[in-house]
Amino acid sequence: MATETSEANARFECLLRQGDSTLILAQRLAEWCGKAPALEEDIALANVALDLIGQARLWLAYAGETEGAGRGEDDLAYLRDAHDFRNLLLVEQPNGNYADTIVRQFFFDAWHYPTLQALSQSADERIAGIAAKAVKEVAYHLRRSGDLVVRMGDGTAESHAKAQAAADRLWMYTGEMFERDGVDAAMIAQGVTRDAAALREPWLAHVREGFVEATLTLAAPDAWMQTGGRHGRHTENLGYILAEMQFLQRAYPGAQW
Amino acid sequence: MVTLAPAAVATEVYATVAQVWTWLAEVPDPEIPVLSIVDLGIVREVAWRDADGRAECVVTITPTYSGCPATEAIAASIVAALHDHGVADVTLEIRIAPAWTTDWLTDAAKEKLKQYGIAPPAQQTIAIGAIGRGRRAEPVVECPRCASTRTQCTSPFGSTPCKAMYRCLDCLEPFDYFKCH
Repeated sequence: MATETSEANARFECLLRQGDSTLILAQRLAEWCGKAPALEEDIALANVALDLIGQARLWLAYAGETEGAGRGEDDLAYLRDAHDFRNLLLVEQPNGNYADTIVRQFFFDAWHYPTLQALSQSADERIAGIAAKAVKEVAYHLRRSGDLVVRMGDGTAESHAKAQAAADRLWMYTGEMFERDGVDAAMIAQGVTRDAAALREPWLAHVREGFVEATLTLAAPDAWMQTGGRHGRHTENLGYILAEMQFLQRAYPGAQW
Repeated sequence: MVTLAPAAVATEVYATVAQVWTWLAEVPDPEIPVLSIVDLGIVREVAWRDADGRAECVVTITPTYSGCPATEAIAASIVAALHDHGVADVTLEIRIAPAWTTDWLTDAAKEKLKQYGIAPPAQQTIAIGAIGRGRRAEPVVECPRCASTRTQCTSPFGSTPCKAMYRCLDCLEPFDYFKCH
């Protein structure tokens, strides 16, 4: 029984990690809506955010069912506090200038794509189904963020400098994507997920390829890395995101429309 | 109204499965009304089920994009359409695997899209392995107005999740392209 409980709990945590990273990044991207630098960019960011929100709903609905405590996708999105969120620190980083947003997206997409490819082979059919659906959407996200990194890096002196500064600043949030803890070990043993550490080299190769074409310099792969998001230890940014995202349900509990 | 009493369902059903399919084929997609939800391959299965002595029509749908806002409108319009035809008990089931693909669009649907001014998907499912910039092949997209293949993508994301924005280099018209998915 104890094993069963911890197995369900590991699966719940694993689903929250996927769901929360997509939810928080979607919320960040939606902040650009109506004020992106060009109409096409505005539309593209809203589209990417929409895909990610759709994916978050699928992950969080399943997380709620797995938990078995009667919480649905909305309860998980709107009624948890920052320390209960399991998203990567990378996705909660501020939008900053447009290069900050795009480099953040490229780092994330280049991880998200192979992660979903691996999850589409999951022994958990529901996870495999969600991932197989999401990976098709993320293929377009990755193509776009990769293209933009090249346009910025290999653009003007100013866009290059901004893209380089963004890459240098965000680099310390990329290590977390390839970590493995007890939750991961339990899920790997069940065939639910694959070892994220195995994705690091392909991720690095993809990012490096993009950076070479973008004439950007990649930080040292063995640089010191931040950690904690997957365990609920967040940067101060998350609280502000939640304050906005959860306002309605906090102020008017149970509101529906 | 056709009244049938197949062995599997003891109660009355109001229409054959084939009849329900023809009704669903008249339900337009809310974003691209020239196509029906059947043309798009969203409706996967129709069946009658015995629910405590009542005949219940079960419609299984596979949504397109994860976050497509049309999904909820589609669900509501399916229920409304069947109610209009006298089917009182409708249950919608969502099936996400296998994932929706533009490969499910029929040739007739692609032709309708083109007539409507949207270039249909140019190839079968996206070659997902080829995401590296140097390795990927861009689809040859035909202008829905002048049929030129000298076209250019202006943005990979458009007014709905399923479309990209293109322009024709010959007739100079901008147009929507229904992305491979």
